[in-house]
Amino acid sequence: MNLEATEEQKTIIAQVRRFVREEIVPLEDKLDPDASELPPEEHARLVAKVKSMGLYGLDIPAEFGGPGIDMTTRVLLAIEMGQHRAGLYAPCYGVFGTAGLAQLYEATEEQKEKYLRPMLRGEKRGFFGLTEPSGGSDPARAIRTRAVKSGEGWVINGSKVFISGADKADFGLVFARTDPEKGRGGVTCFIVETSNPGFHVRRIVHTLRSSHYATELQFDDMKVPDSAVLGEVNKGFAIANERLSRQRIPYAAQCLAPAYKSHELALDYAKQRETFGAPLSSRQAVQWMLVDNELDLRQATWMTLAAASKCDQGVPFRMEAGLAKLVASEAAGRVVDRSMQIFGGYGMTKDFPFERWYRELRIRRVGEGPNEVQRHVVARDLLGASLK
Amino acid sequence: MAVRMTKAWTPLTAENVKRLSGQLGVYQLADAQGGVVFIGFAGGRSLFGLRGEVEGALQAPPSGATQFRVEVNQQYTTRYQELLMAHVHDHGDVPEGNRGKPLPRLGRLSPN
Repeated sequence: MNLEATEEQKTIIAQVRRFVREEIVPLEDKLDPDASELPPEEHARLVAKVKSMGLYGLDIPAEFGGPGIDMTTRVLLAIEMGQHRAGLYAPCYGVFGTAGLAQLYEATEEQKEKYLRPMLRGEKRGFFGLTEPSGGSDPARAIRTRAVKSGEGWVINGSKVFISGADKADFGLVFARTDPEKGRGGVTCFIVETSNPGFHVRRIVHTLRSSHYATELQFDDMKVPDSAVLGEVNKGFAIANERLSRQRIPYAAQCLAPAYKSHELALDYAKQRETFGAPLSSRQAVQWMLVDNELDLRQATWMTLAAASKCDQGVPFRMEAGLAKLVASEAAGRVVDRSMQIFGGYGMTKDFPFERWYRELRIRRVGEGPNEVQRHVVARDLLGASLK
Repeated sequence: MAVRMTKAWTPLTAENVKRLSGQLGVYQLADAQGGVVFIGFAGGRSLFGLRGEVEGALQAPPSGATQFRVEVNQQYTTRYQELLMAHVHDHGDVPEGNRGKPLPRLGRLSPN
């Protein structure tokens, strides 16, 4: 087993690291500590720069014009791209482009032309509408939004909550129950345009992540044509589930980005800061915190790369993805917490990025499937048929 | 928390502004009739928080503002956007004093 990055991976990582440190961090120092967007002119300038580096659209599959990088490289890049204040949820403020909504790669040609390609070009925005007030961890049973067949189309009624970006989107994927008798086999995914008169953003949901809000949506007799169905009727759950497993690997890697940066800052500070005539780094209490950071980072990184490796080999990786998300989100929280402790009072201020990472990392233990659900998934895979 | 700010207005005077806290949050400025003319926030880089921001408005009141109200809020970024979006929903545009100034990309909100 070779655990070294390839020469090509090392080159791209070095490029991205330099970009983050020379372009993103200096800009960020002038923004509000909770900013999640760059001024439009700076965003455009950096997109042009990324394009000139040949790194724009890294996540886009090869058949859609992207470089088609593997999951291992994606993980290594995610760890670099997020090493700045907004980096956990807005790595490099999106200047590396987007891969769009992964489910649209399974869309019809007509749907791809209308939604996916404009999204990849940055012309359209989409949202993913799964979670409802009745729950998010068990979408097969919690989905109460109903879609009823009517003539040449469907009529959708219901609501969604904790949906990101719906108020700024042009369209979204909305999961609705089309057969109330069938549980997970009775859910269909629809592509819904936000200009539809039955589509409403009723409320903003403020959270710990104060740089960004979620939304609550309501659908009132929202009529959509048959062509709005993504995939097949009553097979929407498979579409949602595929995304949820695969997404967990880069999600885990993103957690590690601010943790690596926190650890780096804490190491530097411990060497510089003196108390009672000696640097903090000479105190065993501080040394052990730094060692624990190192342990957490290495364990979580290897587990995330192990999941990526299985994904790249094309073998089942659901358990590894769940473990990576679980370990990385918890380890990253501990690393940031210890680093704040080493920084003392300054660690709590908005002068440094720790407080933002601390708040945002707390969400990662719930987002993309709560960690208790990850443990449940792993237990199911370990115990198999013996579980009732 | 209500989408729209509904607190009573306070006259925009030096004495009233001096009593404000230095905390993070959002604020609105209004004309004599109570029409909102500016929505702002005191963020992590604001010197003296809400007091500093409203003091700035007192020196150069945007669009003839004569009254103000504040809301202490750690979620000042998202609350600021929410207030702007609610204003656009109710009045078709952002307040007069915000026009022509850098704004975040606003979404579409249809509060009940």
